[in-house]
Amino acid sequence: MGQIEIITANTAAAIAAKLCRVQVISAYPITPQTPVTEELAAMVESGDLKAEYITVESEHSALASVVAASQVGARVFTATSANGLLYMHEMLHWAAGSRVPIVMACVNRGVGAPWTILNDQQDTIAQRDTGWIQMYCRNSQEVIDTMIQAYRIAEQIQIPIMVCYDGFILSHASTPVDVPFQDEVDRFLPSLEDRSGIDGKTPMNVNPLILSDPRPDANGVLMPGYMEFRYRLQQDILGSLEAIQSVDSEFQDTFGRSWGGSVWGYHMDDAEHAIVSMGSLASECTVAVDQLRSEGIKAGVVGVRVYRPFPSSQIVELLSGVRTATFFEKDVSYGYQGALAMDAKAAMYESKSRPEISSYVVGLGGRDVRPEQLAEATLKCVKGPVQHCWLNVSG
Amino acid sequence: MSKNSTPIRTVSTPAEGEAGKTGDWRSQTPKIDHEKCSQKDSCLLCWLYCPDGVISATFPLEINLTYCKGCGICAEECPRKAIEMVDDK
Repeated sequence: MGQIEIITANTAAAIAAKLCRVQVISAYPITPQTPVTEELAAMVESGDLKAEYITVESEHSALASVVAASQVGARVFTATSANGLLYMHEMLHWAAGSRVPIVMACVNRGVGAPWTILNDQQDTIAQRDTGWIQMYCRNSQEVIDTMIQAYRIAEQIQIPIMVCYDGFILSHASTPVDVPFQDEVDRFLPSLEDRSGIDGKTPMNVNPLILSDPRPDANGVLMPGYMEFRYRLQQDILGSLEAIQSVDSEFQDTFGRSWGGSVWGYHMDDAEHAIVSMGSLASECTVAVDQLRSEGIKAGVVGVRVYRPFPSSQIVELLSGVRTATFFEKDVSYGYQGALAMDAKAAMYESKSRPEISSYVVGLGGRDVRPEQLAEATLKCVKGPVQHCWLNVSG
Repeated sequence: MSKNSTPIRTVSTPAEGEAGKTGDWRSQTPKIDHEKCSQKDSCLLCWLYCPDGVISATFPLEINLTYCKGCGICAEECPRKAIEMVDDK
């Protein structure tokens, strides 16, 4: 038990970075992430947080700065949203390929054009193939807890992590949050062991040109080719599901809260109809399930907390027993369907008992979606599958 | 967890030939006319422009063909036309 404070998710993320004793911060302000950068800058200026705060001219440079700081062994933090995240795209690949344990708060916002500052999850979904782990939070408590977990996971497996939470809905909404005590966080997250091998005296090339095939280096040692390094990244990110689960369990032992590892269920034990979603929308789906249950429909929620690596076996296990599965998501792969529905359908192909799957795109650019609308849309799918429908849209 | 023995990060020791023997990329080879490139007042523009640093800064000029990729920048830049690119057979 820590100290209960009434704070936004942005403040929760900033406090979490401080509790994790980050050593280098570089970030460029963008709505709705801005308060994270402001609050951390104030902490550094006042001396409450002993960290280097690098001001930069762009998100590309912000991520480049923390990649470099992480490569020499510092614990680092950055945060962004929407077009800022898109501007980082090249460096996202570079960070994952460099195997640096960066934790980045991604405050989900719709992307331009046309400009919107309001929430959807298109920004992070569009970065799913960059080799980062993506974790989606339901509320501000999960944000502060996931940030602390993320450093443990990232530093264990040496893969960067995006901690994603919905813009305004969470980032600017004040709710009670149990802020862990510093000594407990210190025990859970020891100081970062420098595994860089960089000592400042011995010259070395980091990320040099790698040719397609393994070949001897200047000392005659056979070095892997590009594909070997990329295969290692793929194996390690797939294997990280185990680490994510065990860190969540260990977090529960220390702080008394578990967030379900990679996937969580709500009333799934006896559910006949599942609703699948991510982030605060998944949290809202639990309200829709309460309504459906009061009407006699045995519904439940499957909340996808970790989107990459995709927890396919857990999703298959939860959905194999239901009659229908209805997906609600705030993103779309233009020219096909919602990304979560696509991935889950691919996973369900492996299962012999497949539910009827329906999918909705909702809430793009802050379009409101209410629990009773989610319940009504789910009821429609209970009667027969609905293929890739956009909810609350005219035209 | 993975049993893959590949190191997770790509690092190397700075050394000659660290990026491989790039001379085998070459399809044209620079030939120096040592009459035209005199030793007294030569400009060394070729040495300055060479992207691979394989031209000697001493005279007579030497080009390390183990690493010269045959890009032809030296021949292009030489004000005395003392370097000619010759097709490799």
